[in-house]
Amino acid sequence: MFFNKEMETLPVNKMRDLQLERLKWSVRHAYENNAFYRKKYDAVGFHPDQLKTLDDIKRIPFLTKEEMRQNYPFGLFAVPLEKVVRVHASSGTTGNATVVGYTKNDIEVFAEVVARCLVGYGATEKDIIQVAYGYGLFTGGLGLHYGGEKIGAMVVPISGGNTERQLMLIKDFGSTMLACTPSYALNIADYIEKKRPDYDIKKTKLRAGIFGAEPWSENMRKEIEQRLGIEAYDIYGLSEVIGPGVSGECSEKSGLHIHEDHFYVEIINPDTGEVLPEGEKGEIVYTTLTKEAFPGIRYRSRDITRLYREPCKCGRTLIKMEKVTGRSDDMLIIRGVNVFPSQIEAVLMEIEGIEPHYQIIVDRKGALDDIEVKVEVNEKIFSDEIKVLEALSKRIADRFRSVLGISAKITLVEPMTIPRSEGKAVRVIDRRKI
Amino acid sequence: MNVKQLSLFLENKPGHLENALKVLADRNINIITLTIAEASDFGIVRMIVNKPEEAVKALKESHFTCSLTDVLAIEIEDKPGSLLKALHAFSKHNLNIEYMYAFTEKRGDKAVMIFRFDDIEKAKTSLLEEGYSIVKNIDIIGA
Repeated sequence: MFFNKEMETLPVNKMRDLQLERLKWSVRHAYENNAFYRKKYDAVGFHPDQLKTLDDIKRIPFLTKEEMRQNYPFGLFAVPLEKVVRVHASSGTTGNATVVGYTKNDIEVFAEVVARCLVGYGATEKDIIQVAYGYGLFTGGLGLHYGGEKIGAMVVPISGGNTERQLMLIKDFGSTMLACTPSYALNIADYIEKKRPDYDIKKTKLRAGIFGAEPWSENMRKEIEQRLGIEAYDIYGLSEVIGPGVSGECSEKSGLHIHEDHFYVEIINPDTGEVLPEGEKGEIVYTTLTKEAFPGIRYRSRDITRLYREPCKCGRTLIKMEKVTGRSDDMLIIRGVNVFPSQIEAVLMEIEGIEPHYQIIVDRKGALDDIEVKVEVNEKIFSDEIKVLEALSKRIADRFRSVLGISAKITLVEPMTIPRSEGKAVRVIDRRKI
Repeated sequence: MNVKQLSLFLENKPGHLENALKVLADRNINIITLTIAEASDFGIVRMIVNKPEEAVKALKESHFTCSLTDVLAIEIEDKPGSLLKALHAFSKHNLNIEYMYAFTEKRGDKAVMIFRFDDIEKAKTSLLEEGYSIVKNIDIIGA
């Protein structure tokens, strides 16, 4: 089953022709309509006219997350603001957030790629899709919402959280598909086990889950499928490229088909930037081919994966990527929220007296990620009164919640207890087995 | 007339108090009285020692976070109702007690209690006005 059979089954040589034609348009569009791109390309002597083959893309310098941040909020838009109909943003402090814009047409493309994924999972207009991703600046909720509407399914925009209510609507509405983070799916399973043993989810109409926004393993898939009695499918995406729907699994669950008519992909060695041959593992780099408002040309995603093209039983000719399980930078994904240790450090440094000796411990307790931030107590922040220290912990936790959108447990520890290697503290301990 | 209390930050874990007290023992510092206030992950040890400055120095050298806090040691009659009477005097002067604890030994026929007020100067004036005897640091150490 296909949503757009022509594109999803296009012979590889034709896809390459289409990509080249679109790449030329996209790069020229960025160059001609965005000052940042133009200045950057002029500085290295690159001009869109130099693009004769797909291979010529190597002449173009990479685009980094840092550059996106430096252009906050609208510096990377390539259309006038009146053409922008929506924005999304990644998490982060105001100065660090990446704001992405969409024209009407971009929203159409966004909805279509999600729709393709949904059809790949077997969804039809008869399905009832309960969207338990967060709605808002995060692309998850609205992305799945528009994709679901596009295929004519009934969308239940419940957003994240409130597990009791999720269960009620699954039962009362007869939701057939659930879209959320895989860790929230496991959280629902835990909730049923502990608090609602009378609720038999296997007797509901729920038959499939659309899971993404954080890395998850084959083991998690098995666990979710077994405990919720559903088929669990991976959906992948990043707001810098478009949002969920950049790629998605099909019935085969053996890799995610990338919608390469809209996104051109390369794998590079993250240390040298060298483009690696197909099949090798490395960092995936994206170039948007059709986006108008926010073109991303050779965007370094920092996600580690492998690309391969093999005849897929589902009939799609689209290139496949392995499930992403690693990063080439230190970004952490905590309950679907992207967090860089540098952002945690920035929050801590705002608070007077705190020294840069802290440690971030991420663990998966039950189904959900837990983040603990250990802060060494020095004389500047120490008080003989418990209430003062407790207020400090609370203040730090509140800042993490409001600035980064994460609930962290703050633990005050004695000086010199955070291990230092060669004078530098070991900042992040990730104990999650993903 | 303020008494210097040694306040020490400790994680709420086995062996941590022991490690801190070893530092004091090695310097031959005597603990006259001690109390611990605990939160879930950490505690604050409050103690009166015979050589507070030396204690702070030694603990800091061993990477403990500690400080000296001014508290008042007040003599209170050792009979029923006398603490109540003292508290009444405090509330009359609108003095807020952050925390308090008692000495194990009596001074003559009087008990000695340590009070940490939010406004120590105001507390001193008021207590003297009420006729309470504030014990000087040197008196407690009894050296």
